[in-house]
Amino acid sequence: MADVRELRRLLLELDDQLVSCMRCGMCQAVCPLYAETGREALVARGKIVLLEQLAHEMIKDPEGVKDKLETCLLCGACAASCPSGVKVLDIFLKARAVLAGYLGLPPVKRLIFRGLLVRPGLFNALLSLGSKFQGLFTRPVSEMLGSSCARFSSEVLGDRHFPALAGEPLHKTVPSLDEPRKAGGLKVAFFPGCMVDKVFPRVGAAVLKVLAHHQVAVFLPANQACCGIPALSSGDRPSFQKLVDMNLERFAGGDFDYLVTPCATCTSTIKKFWPSLAGADPAKRETLDKLAAKTLDINAFLVDVLKVQGTGVPGAHDRKVTVHDPCHLKKSLGVAAQPRAVVRLNPNVDLVEMAEADVCCGCGGSFTLLHYDLAQKIGKKKRDNIVASGAQTVATGCPACMLQITDMLSKAGDQVAVRHPVELYAETLD
Amino acid sequence: MLSEALVKQFKEIVGPANVMEGEADRHAYSYDSAVLQPVVPALVVRPENSEALGKVVKLCGENGLPLTVRGSGTNLSGGTIPDPRDGIVVLTNALNRILEINEEDMYAVVQPGVITAKFAAEVARRGLFYPPDPGSQAVSTLGGNVAENAGGLRGLKYGVTKNYVMGVNFFDTEGELIVTGSRTVKCVTGLNLAGLMVGSEGTLGVFNDIILKLVPPPAANKAMMVLYDDVAKASESVAAIIAAKIVPCTLEFLDNFTIRTVEDFAHAGLPVEAKALLLIEVDGHPAQVADEAAQVEAICKKMGATKIQVAQSAEERNKVWEARRAALSALARVRPTTVLEDATVPRSKIPAMIHALDEIAAKYKLLIGTFGHAGDGNLHPTILTDRRDPHEFERVEKAVDEIFEVALSLGGTLSGEHGIGMAKSKWLAKETSRGTILYSRRLKKALDPKSILNPGKILGEE
Repeated sequence: MADVRELRRLLLELDDQLVSCMRCGMCQAVCPLYAETGREALVARGKIVLLEQLAHEMIKDPEGVKDKLETCLLCGACAASCPSGVKVLDIFLKARAVLAGYLGLPPVKRLIFRGLLVRPGLFNALLSLGSKFQGLFTRPVSEMLGSSCARFSSEVLGDRHFPALAGEPLHKTVPSLDEPRKAGGLKVAFFPGCMVDKVFPRVGAAVLKVLAHHQVAVFLPANQACCGIPALSSGDRPSFQKLVDMNLERFAGGDFDYLVTPCATCTSTIKKFWPSLAGADPAKRETLDKLAAKTLDINAFLVDVLKVQGTGVPGAHDRKVTVHDPCHLKKSLGVAAQPRAVVRLNPNVDLVEMAEADVCCGCGGSFTLLHYDLAQKIGKKKRDNIVASGAQTVATGCPACMLQITDMLSKAGDQVAVRHPVELYAETLD
Repeated sequence: MLSEALVKQFKEIVGPANVMEGEADRHAYSYDSAVLQPVVPALVVRPENSEALGKVVKLCGENGLPLTVRGSGTNLSGGTIPDPRDGIVVLTNALNRILEINEEDMYAVVQPGVITAKFAAEVARRGLFYPPDPGSQAVSTLGGNVAENAGGLRGLKYGVTKNYVMGVNFFDTEGELIVTGSRTVKCVTGLNLAGLMVGSEGTLGVFNDIILKLVPPPAANKAMMVLYDDVAKASESVAAIIAAKIVPCTLEFLDNFTIRTVEDFAHAGLPVEAKALLLIEVDGHPAQVADEAAQVEAICKKMGATKIQVAQSAEERNKVWEARRAALSALARVRPTTVLEDATVPRSKIPAMIHALDEIAAKYKLLIGTFGHAGDGNLHPTILTDRRDPHEFERVEKAVDEIFEVALSLGGTLSGEHGIGMAKSKWLAKETSRGTILYSRRLKKALDPKSILNPGKILGEE
């Protein structure tokens, strides 16, 4: 699509959604980027006006608008507090696709999404190779956090502190599962997500341990694909569609009551965006709607479905744990009490609340790759709040947040561990 | 087009990172919360300190550049829409420091970009109270509140922003700092220039810092929700409460359309058949609160309330207020465009006003939900429409005209708290007089000979 008229036509299709913004500006109160920059073009109201003005030919430069649109964490804080209920994320993701269609995807993203992400086998093989050789390029910096940084000056890695790729990804240790129901009990499909599979397989192992403990049978199809959010947020809807279709195929044959994931972002993508943005075909839409209805965050599954109670055994209470609310759990799905309840299942910990627990950690998926400076400034505030809480461990139900928080804590040299709530529960089940 | 040399001068004053010249950035300052046509500024500058602010104003003055000061851009009358002739938007959101909170003398000094709710929270933390609470307080700036003389829910008992302004220091068009008011309760030194600045919508000076009065917080409060099967009974209750020498801190009204819409949206258990709903809160000393709450309850009952629900706990109080907080949100979701008006009448005229609003809605085939501050006669008739439909929007404009006609004929005013800006300047002469406008224009001309301070606002174009 090189025709600017076509661009405008496609943007005008969003007009009904754009016009529902009443310009009240309340999004300024909650937008982490606005707090950091004070720039109206970076807050939801500004972006919506820019899209509207581009659609109505008042703005000439689509590149400039795209640039603003992509400077967004997609944290959804604006949508969660919008008085007139504007579906901000829906608008932004659709608009990103329209603009990427007009301006084209950057070559690197094209390579990653179309060459790699949609080929899970190749993606896994390459990363497994990477995990074997990463020691050549990176060196460990914090044993507690398990973080590393670049050995040499690197454009890609910068001065990031990141958890190393796991030696054994989850799909190597547990390639697939299809357990029979235990005495007529529940059966769940397990979608670990890329980050848990490749960076935090210990979280996946914890989930399997907890499910086994509660006699829940597991269906884990081999060769799962990415949930598609990286492609979708970069405006690559064809790759997104392909990934959703591949996953549908993998899970289609399974007999399960729920689909659970330990990744806030995967859960929110499957529930919110699979049906609305990959369900153009009505029959597929129905399947996706049904799947979305069955999909649950693992914390929510443990608390709301299994109604797991503590053992009642008095614990040592020798560890303070604070909880960070991933945007894709609290703001997108309203899941905030459940991760805390799961943390409390561990009798050895005391839950302490940090200030602004539900403010974005600054990761925003690929946002941190494109805008590392801003991501760091926002992440630094999160780090300060974690440290001020006095906790020795921060628990959060999203591996992307875990990655960002690890980076921030490791850089500051803090002795605070980063865990998934399920890990804290799993460690009591030995 | 601004010359490159001028842009460079702005960059030297505020730093290059604080000058926005790109198309997308400038377009993001072409609007505010009013339903009006956007106007794109030539340049946007964001001074980070008072010295830079003064220099920006001076540079605009020297070059005859029209400047519009913008806090959070939440005003509802187009007061922060810039001028089409090389307009400069001056942002205050980097001037956001609370300079002083003096607990002993109960005042605060703030920069104009401080967020209202953050300020109120900080004041509360120090054991004091800053009452003005405009609906946009979570994002609005104190500079904007003073420039618009913002009101809020507590106006009846505690007054509006102007009642808390002790002094305003501002820059004139030559960049000279004008010092007004003082930190004392009493001050009659010089002309009351601070008073002139309040509600001047950026047309007479650019605020540098503001001295605000603080008060002790009330020790107790009590809220109740009262339902009526007739609007007249609700407004008679309001009159009777005031006649009994009781001044509630808030006295809010919701009409039937708003009640139904809120119930549809929030499922808060509101009775959709109620014709009117009052939310009443009294505050003060605990004994006084208990006594007044009982009296208010008795008065409402006597005036024919169908149901009275008194909040027994903080949680219940919160629930009572939920309906009011959800009002605008709920209404805003009905149609794409929300035109929020604030024509105000003497409180005894509320039944007449509401009757007229019903007639206007029927006559122009429009959806109008009305809620607002019954205690001070400041209602918010909210027209739910779609600005993309020119035929319907023409009817909206006619309806707004008629709302103003009615408000004025009832002895009311065009705007209780939203300001005149660009949206209402054409009606100004109807409420005041030709002489008033000429006098105001002479004043403006004397203080701003090149007409660079937010031109076209309040007084219209000459």
